[in-house]
Amino acid sequence: MPQAVAEKKLDLAPVARIVAARAPFTEGDAISALQDMQDAYGYLPRQALDELARLTGIPVAKLYGVATFYGQFFLQPHGKHTVRLCRGTACHVRSAPKILSAVSRHLGVGDGQTTEDMVFSLETVACLGTCFLSPVMLVDSQYFGQLTPDRAVKVLETIRGAGRPEGG
Amino acid sequence: MIRLTIDYREVQARPGQTIMEAALAAGIEVPHLCHDPRLSPVGACRLCQVHVGGIDRAPVLACITQASEGMTVITESPELAARRKAILELLLSEHRVACTTCDADGGCVLQDLAYRYGADEWLYGAYQHGEPVALNYTSENRGIEYDAEKCVRCGRCVRFCDEVQMASAITFDGRGIAMKVNTAHGRPLHQSDCELCGGCIRVCPTGAMRERAAMGLGRAKDLAAVRTTCTYCGVGCQMDLQVNRRLNRIVRVTSAPGLPVNDGHLCVKGHFGFEFVNSPERLTDPLIREGDGFRTASWDEAIGLVGSRLRQIRDRGGPEALAFMSSCRCTNEENYLMQKLARAAASTNNVDQCATTCHAPTVAGLAAAFGSGAMTNSTREIRDCRVMFVIGCNATEAHPIVGLEMKRALRSGATLIVCDPRRTWLADHAHIFIQHRPGSDNMLINAMMSHIVGQGLYDRKFVAERCEDFDAFREGLGGYTVEKAARYCGVEPGLIRQAAELYARGAPSGIFYTLGITEHSCGTDNVKNLANLAMLCGQIGKPSSGINPLRGQNNVQGGCDMGAMPHRLPGYQDWKDPVSREKFQKAWGVKLPENSGGRVTHFIERAGNGEVKALYVMGEDPVMSEPNQTKVIAHLRKLDFLVCQEIFMSETARLAHVILPGACFAEKDGTFTCSERRVQRIRRAVAPPGRARPDWEILCSVSTAMGYPMNYPGPAEVFAELASLMPSYAGMNYARLEGDGLQWPCPTAEHPGTRFLHEGKFTRGKGLFHSIAFQPQKEEPDAEYPLILSTGRTLYHYNVGTMTRRMAVATQKQPRNFVEIHEDAAARYGIRDGQEVVVRSRRGRTTARAAVGRKVRPDTIWMPFHFVEESANALTIDAFDPVTATAEYKCCAARIEPSGPPEAASRQQPSR
Repeated sequence: MPQAVAEKKLDLAPVARIVAARAPFTEGDAISALQDMQDAYGYLPRQALDELARLTGIPVAKLYGVATFYGQFFLQPHGKHTVRLCRGTACHVRSAPKILSAVSRHLGVGDGQTTEDMVFSLETVACLGTCFLSPVMLVDSQYFGQLTPDRAVKVLETIRGAGRPEGG
Repeated sequence: MIRLTIDYREVQARPGQTIMEAALAAGIEVPHLCHDPRLSPVGACRLCQVHVGGIDRAPVLACITQASEGMTVITESPELAARRKAILELLLSEHRVACTTCDADGGCVLQDLAYRYGADEWLYGAYQHGEPVALNYTSENRGIEYDAEKCVRCGRCVRFCDEVQMASAITFDGRGIAMKVNTAHGRPLHQSDCELCGGCIRVCPTGAMRERAAMGLGRAKDLAAVRTTCTYCGVGCQMDLQVNRRLNRIVRVTSAPGLPVNDGHLCVKGHFGFEFVNSPERLTDPLIREGDGFRTASWDEAIGLVGSRLRQIRDRGGPEALAFMSSCRCTNEENYLMQKLARAAASTNNVDQCATTCHAPTVAGLAAAFGSGAMTNSTREIRDCRVMFVIGCNATEAHPIVGLEMKRALRSGATLIVCDPRRTWLADHAHIFIQHRPGSDNMLINAMMSHIVGQGLYDRKFVAERCEDFDAFREGLGGYTVEKAARYCGVEPGLIRQAAELYARGAPSGIFYTLGITEHSCGTDNVKNLANLAMLCGQIGKPSSGINPLRGQNNVQGGCDMGAMPHRLPGYQDWKDPVSREKFQKAWGVKLPENSGGRVTHFIERAGNGEVKALYVMGEDPVMSEPNQTKVIAHLRKLDFLVCQEIFMSETARLAHVILPGACFAEKDGTFTCSERRVQRIRRAVAPPGRARPDWEILCSVSTAMGYPMNYPGPAEVFAELASLMPSYAGMNYARLEGDGLQWPCPTAEHPGTRFLHEGKFTRGKGLFHSIAFQPQKEEPDAEYPLILSTGRTLYHYNVGTMTRRMAVATQKQPRNFVEIHEDAAARYGIRDGQEVVVRSRRGRTTARAAVGRKVRPDTIWMPFHFVEESANALTIDAFDPVTATAEYKCCAARIEPSGPPEAASRQQPSR
């Protein structure tokens, strides 16, 4: 069960905008609407899902089922940046565990956790499909390949320092 | 038909049927976990693999492969067995095999298949769920318990909730091995969209979804199934009471797909509503008043006292001094005996039952128009309606299984027109929703008919050939323009026109109504006007096309059929007709009474003025159910002698001189007649508590004590007697009622029963048009009482709450009374959602919690009447329909004010 998130009043205007942009809304629009909602809120807040259900008439249980099925959706507050470390075979033999250990120590969080300042969420994934870059790390939508533990940490330091959002 | 061979047997299938459906219909059991005949197939469990065209061919899934001409199917082979064993072993690795302590032991499909294919539960070890799965969305629920460790993720429950119940409360959460069933956000079930119908339990093939209260009271193999008829609303669902004989206790309730009325579906009351049977508060001994209290008495003493007092009052006061309230909760046999007791032993026509409170206008109005007053179609026919015209009828709550049929029709593309002052579930899903002012029904119906006539959309041939008095009726429609009606009803004129056109053109259209039509001072007129509408458009006397009052009590149809009403003998035979009188006088060996008799409402009135001195009440609670409660209590206190035959100490029983403990539906044999005129058996499943006795036995003893002996070996013999006197039941007997029962009229022993009425000819010959002038409600809102109060039923409770207030599931969902108010009105009176409020009318006051939303109109408030301590009938008006004395429960003037701080929010479903 997801942890109860402190339910303070959420600004629901983005949900209304997202629904209006897809009029007439059908069940087929649900996934892309959830993606836009996640961009707007950083995750999928409970109240926003309820509001999406209310506005579209799609039962909230169905939306919740979709949101929990796909790994891309977060139901709890998530770091501003998502760090995905590959632990596939190719990365593994090229020292991915060491990179995980360095990044984890640097951020002070383990796999699946978010830093206290809500800047980074750390995840490991089975394969990013870019074995030629191994060992590889994906930060938001930017790949960083042929990493060493030091380089990986430096990448994160740069991102935190720049406060920059998307990579290229 | 398609012909194919399954396991070397020639089998027939309808085009579009799957191999699975064809096989199951032919009695060939193809293994399956995720298939249910009432759900769309998904092919998830992979167990139904079969060979098509030879055992060397790669198997296909029987549940998602359509049968085709000439197909050869093999359902068992060494390869199929090996595949099934492997699938089952994988399933068992995710399933906590705990058969020793599982309630489903002996009734578990997984267990049966694992045994059949020799699957090894230890082969892959057992998956440990990462987080504690015992704590989940059902942990706080008092009805349903979900155990993810026993779940095989077949998805039957999720699909049922979505496709059939259309509640969509549960979903699959996550994916892969950790996937589990959950509500959105893991909300507690009773705070989610769940309607607590128990469907998830009924479709679960393992022990993953179970009744919490049944835990440990018996495994499937310890229980005996007793097929019976539900004792709540009038839909007539068939169910199996699963009884632990050792404990004399109903452990759980199941049903089976394919049953004629309910197809295995039940609602929250049908599934969970039987705790009352085993309640320690049941009456177990006869009680006789002593001062302010009661003392226990023997049956001999109690019956002797009742017999002698009633005899005395009859002999001194004559036929009008005694009155008998029969009960729609009791069986046909008991209603028959009650009116016989009144007419033969007490020599009075003062016998009535609660149909007066609800559907007496139906009986009167439809009988006037057609010659008989009952639902003209069958429940099963609803699915084939193309247009459903639903007025004053909240079927998904008050008649949930009829509601499921309507949902089914909706899913298959039917057009839904809903006219209701409240935004009900059906209204939310309607194509046309007319939210008219309470009490304005005839204005609306007249305007629709005037539009239909004006546009020439009526069925000229039907009107000319099958009806009479059309010209006078047409004349009467003159002043009722759509614009005028739209102004008065407070709705868009375009909606009225569209509704009229859609209904008239539907092929076929059906009308559905309940107490929103009848519980008015113009109730009988309302019903006659709906009959006009149906006749005008020729929408009656055909399959799926007719006029369908949904009856509110399990046996209110039967109670009326049995003549438990003042002016009708059993089978609606006129008490004044000399031929009928002679027939009954001969059969009963007495002279029939000649007083005209009164209705329930008259009994109360006449108790007040001293005319009625003794009242015998069986299984009814007029203090709770009649309008203007304060007055009812004052009047009943004036009686010389009040007898209550009850299963609980009801509010009326508290005033009684003698209380006789009866048996509930699960403790006796008999028959109920449901809305669709189907006569069905009820069967004794458990013994009555203490010295309580079946009501038919008590009635016989009382009659004998009054000097008119009644001796029947059992209900079957009572039924034989009543069938011999009632032409519409003449072809029925207990042997023929085994199985699916019979729908009246069933005049001969060979007659198969009647699915829909008035084919080719109305019961009275020609259908009679009545010109109906609009009559406003008796009490209009004014400056002092500015709102219209309407009352009704909720999904979770039933009538005066005697049974459902003892039901943990219902009391958790709906612990106390509430009043629905529109958000604009709430803002005006400074009322917030969940706040304590006081509601007042000229007759009384009551408290409730405010449910603020958009369900009711801004000029209206709505309250259920189930709650004794916050009784809506303290407010309702004692204004009555002039024909049937049915009270105007649906509108009176009221006001509302805040009285305390808000509790938790009401969780009224948000309007979509």
